[in-house]
Amino acid sequence: MGIDIPGSLKDFAIEYKRAMQDCKQIQTDVLVIGGGNAALCAAMTAREAGAAVLMLESAPKVFRGGNSRHTRNVRYVHEHANDHLTGPYLQEEFWDDLLQVTEGQTNEQLAQYTIRESKNVGIWMTRHGCHFQPSMKGTLHLARTNAFFLGGGKALMNAYYATAYRLGVEIFYETEVKDLEIFDGKFTSASVVSQGSRQKVKAKAVVIASGGFQANIEWLKEYWGESANNFIIRGSPYDTGRMLQVLLAQGAKPVGDPRQCHALAVDARAPKFDGGIVTRLDSIPFGIVINKHAKRFYDEGENYWSKRYAIWGRLVAHQPDQIAHSIIDSKSINLFMPSVFPPIEANSISELAVKLGLDPLVLEKTVFTFNSSIHLGTFDPAVLDDCSTEKLDPPKCHWARPINTPPFYGYTLRPGITFTYLGVTVNDKSQVIMQDDAPVPNIFAAGEIMAGNILGKGYLAGLGMTIGTVFGRIAGKEAARYAIG
Amino acid sequence: MPLVDALNEAERVMVFCNACRYCEGFCAVFPAMELRRTFCEQDLNYLANLCHNCRDCFYACQYAPPHEFALNIPKALAELRMNTYLKFCWPPFLAGVFRRNGLVVSLTTAISVMIIFLLTLFLRGPAKVFSTYIGENAFYNVIPYAGIVLPVLVLGCLILTSLLIGVYNFWRETGGKLSQLGNLRANKTAMGDALRLKYLEGGGYGCNYPSDRFSMVRRWLHHFVFYGFMLCFASTTVAAIYQHFVHWSAPYPFLSWPVILGTAGGVALSIGTGGLLYLKFRMDSIPASSQALGMDVSFLVLLFLTSLTGFMLMVFRETSAMGTLLAIHLGFAAGLFITMPYGKFIHTIYLYAALIKNAIEQSR
Repeated sequence: MGIDIPGSLKDFAIEYKRAMQDCKQIQTDVLVIGGGNAALCAAMTAREAGAAVLMLESAPKVFRGGNSRHTRNVRYVHEHANDHLTGPYLQEEFWDDLLQVTEGQTNEQLAQYTIRESKNVGIWMTRHGCHFQPSMKGTLHLARTNAFFLGGGKALMNAYYATAYRLGVEIFYETEVKDLEIFDGKFTSASVVSQGSRQKVKAKAVVIASGGFQANIEWLKEYWGESANNFIIRGSPYDTGRMLQVLLAQGAKPVGDPRQCHALAVDARAPKFDGGIVTRLDSIPFGIVINKHAKRFYDEGENYWSKRYAIWGRLVAHQPDQIAHSIIDSKSINLFMPSVFPPIEANSISELAVKLGLDPLVLEKTVFTFNSSIHLGTFDPAVLDDCSTEKLDPPKCHWARPINTPPFYGYTLRPGITFTYLGVTVNDKSQVIMQDDAPVPNIFAAGEIMAGNILGKGYLAGLGMTIGTVFGRIAGKEAARYAIG
Repeated sequence: MPLVDALNEAERVMVFCNACRYCEGFCAVFPAMELRRTFCEQDLNYLANLCHNCRDCFYACQYAPPHEFALNIPKALAELRMNTYLKFCWPPFLAGVFRRNGLVVSLTTAISVMIIFLLTLFLRGPAKVFSTYIGENAFYNVIPYAGIVLPVLVLGCLILTSLLIGVYNFWRETGGKLSQLGNLRANKTAMGDALRLKYLEGGGYGCNYPSDRFSMVRRWLHHFVFYGFMLCFASTTVAAIYQHFVHWSAPYPFLSWPVILGTAGGVALSIGTGGLLYLKFRMDSIPASSQALGMDVSFLVLLFLTSLTGFMLMVFRETSAMGTLLAIHLGFAAGLFITMPYGKFIHTIYLYAALIKNAIEQSR
C-alpha cells in the first residue's frame, strides 16, 4: 500500500492484529447456544428465514443433543388420527391435562399459546427429517396424545442435525459459551471456549436453548443441601446451567421453583449421569417401598403408575440418605417392565433385609403389618382395583397384595433427576424478560431453560419436546426477524 | 469371540434393550425380544439370526459407545450369529471353516478353478480346449455333458443335505418343534418378509449404511443380488429343460430364454454384489463384526466373479478363448456351490427359519 504509516501507528496496527488473532472473532446473524431439540428447531427455522446461523454445542459430537437424545415422543394438538396417532387430541383436552398436572402452576397465557402453536407440529417435524413410528406395544397408553419417534430421541437428533447441516447451519461441538455480553440492554457477543481456546462470537441475536442446570450438583446443593450428592442425573452431564446462571446474573427474571424438577425413582446402581430411560423401575405399585429404617412412607398404589411415576423421585429425595427400597414377592416379578439390573433375591424377608442392609426385625414387622391390614379384592393391574389396606398409615389404595410368596425381591432406589424447572421468564416471542419486566429485544430462550414458564409443577409425558419444538421455532423465527429484518 | 462371551454379550445387550424398547419400530428383533423377560441360549440364537444387520438401532442408541453401557447391538448379534453358524454346521468337523471363512472360500474357489481347468486340459488336450466351436454342443466339445451334470448332481445332493441338517439344527437349537417348521401360514408370512426384505426397511426408511443416514440402497442392492441369483437359477433350469426334454443343447442364441434370463440375472448380480462390496468398504466399522467381514466379502466377490466369468463366456463363446473361460466359469460356480453351506450363503436359510419362528410367535 502506498500510504505511509507513522511508526507508532504501525506498531499499534501489528499489535492490534496480533490481539485479534489471539482472540479470534466470529460473526454471525443468529447465534444458537445449545445442541438439543429446542436449539435445532431454532437453528433450522432461523436459517430457513435466511439468517446466517451458528450453533454451539458444548458436548462432543457423539453425545450431542442434550436431554433430547433420551426422549421418545412429543405431545401435540391434532384434530384427526393418522398413521402414528390413534385419535384426535384437541386444545381443550391438552389444557385440561396440563392444568391437572401443574395444579395451576403455569402461565396460562403462555401455556395456551404453546398448546395452540403445537397444533400439527408433527408435520413440520416430519418435513425436517423426523420419522414417527406407528403405535406399538410399548407406546399404547399414549398412542392417541403423543407421537413416538422411530428409534427415539437420538434418531430424531441425528435427523435434525443432518437437516441443519443441509440447510447450511454452522455447528461447532465441544464449544461452551462462558459469558454473554449485554450492552445497552441488548446482546452483543458471547465469549466462548472451543477446544481450549477462548473466542468471541458476535451476533445480531442469540437463542439460548442450553437446558436446565440438573447436571450441576453444586448448584443443586444450594437448594437441596448435601442430599444432592445422592441424586442421580438421568440425562446429559453437559447440562450444567451455565447460561441460566449468566442470564440470571445479568438480571433476567427467574421463573419456577428452584427445587422443582422432573424426577423419578431409579435403580441405585444407575450411573451418576446419562443413564436415561433404562434405569427407571416400575415395580413400585406392585409391592411396598420402604426407607433406610425399613418403614413405608407413601401410598404405593395411589393412582395409575403412568400418573405417579414422576413423583417418586421427589419422595425418595425426602427420605433419609435419599435412599429407598422397593420390595415385591414372586407374584409380582413379571408384572412390570423388565429392569436392567437384576433384583436382590432372597427366600425370606429377613434374608432380604440383610442383603439390602436393613434391620431384619423392623422389615419383618413392616411387612407383617402391611400384610395383615390388606383387604383383598380382585387384583387387576389394568384398573384402579379394590385391593387396598385398612387402617394403615400410609395406606395403599390399590394393588395391595400380601408380600408372602418367596422368593422375595428388592430394588434399591435413588432420586433420578430428569430436568430442573428453574428458568428465565419469556414472552410469547420467546424473548427473555428482565427483572423490570421489559424484554431484551435480541435474547431468546427456548427449551428446558424456559420450560418453567409453562410447567411449574408435575409433568406431562412428551411436554418437554412440545415446549422445545414450539419455542425453538418461535425463537428461531423472531431471532432471524430481528437479525435480518 | 468364543461362544460363551458372544452369548453373554448378546444377553447383556438384550437386557438393556428390553428395558428401553425405543427401537421396537425398526425390525422384528425388538418385538420378538419384548415377548421375553429373560434370554436363554435358544432365545439369543434365534434373535441373532433374526437380525438383518440394518444398523438402525446402533445409530439410534443412546447407549452406544462411548457411553459407559457401550451397547453395540448389530455387532453383538453378528458375533453370536457367527457362533451359531459354527454350531449348526453339518458335518460338524467343517464348522472350523467359519473361523477363517474368507481364506477357505478363496482357496476352495482357486483350487476348483485350477482343478477344472487342468483336468480339462489334461483329459481333452490343448488342441480341443483352445479351439473355436460354433453352434450347438460347443461347450460339450470342451467338457463333456456328463462331466458337468454328474458332479453337479452329486454336489447338489451333498449341499442340500448339509443345508437341511443345518436348518434342523437351527430349529432344534432355538427351541422349535419340527412340525411347526412346515406351518403354512407362518411360511407365507416369512416368505413375504424375505421376498420383500421387510426388515431392511427399518420401519419404512431403510438401513443406516454406509453411515448414520437412512437409505434404501442396501435393501435395493440386496434385492439385486437375490433376484439376480434367482434369474440365473431360472436360466439354468430352463436350459436343463431344453437339454432334457426338447433335446436342444447349449449354447443358446442371444434371444433365447436361458441367455436372456442369465444375462439379466448376471447384470443384477454384478450390480448387487458390486454395490454391496462398495458399501462394505465405505461403511462405519464400529457396528461391524470384524470376524464376519472375511465371510461377507468372500461371498460377494465370489458371486461377482461367477457372474463376470459367465458374461465373458457368453461374449467370447465363439472364440478360441471359450474353452478356457468355460473351465474358469465352472470353477467359480463350483467354488460357490461347494462353500454354500459353509459361508455367507447360509444366512438366507437361517434367516428364513428365524422369520418362520417369528411369524409363529407373533401370530399367537
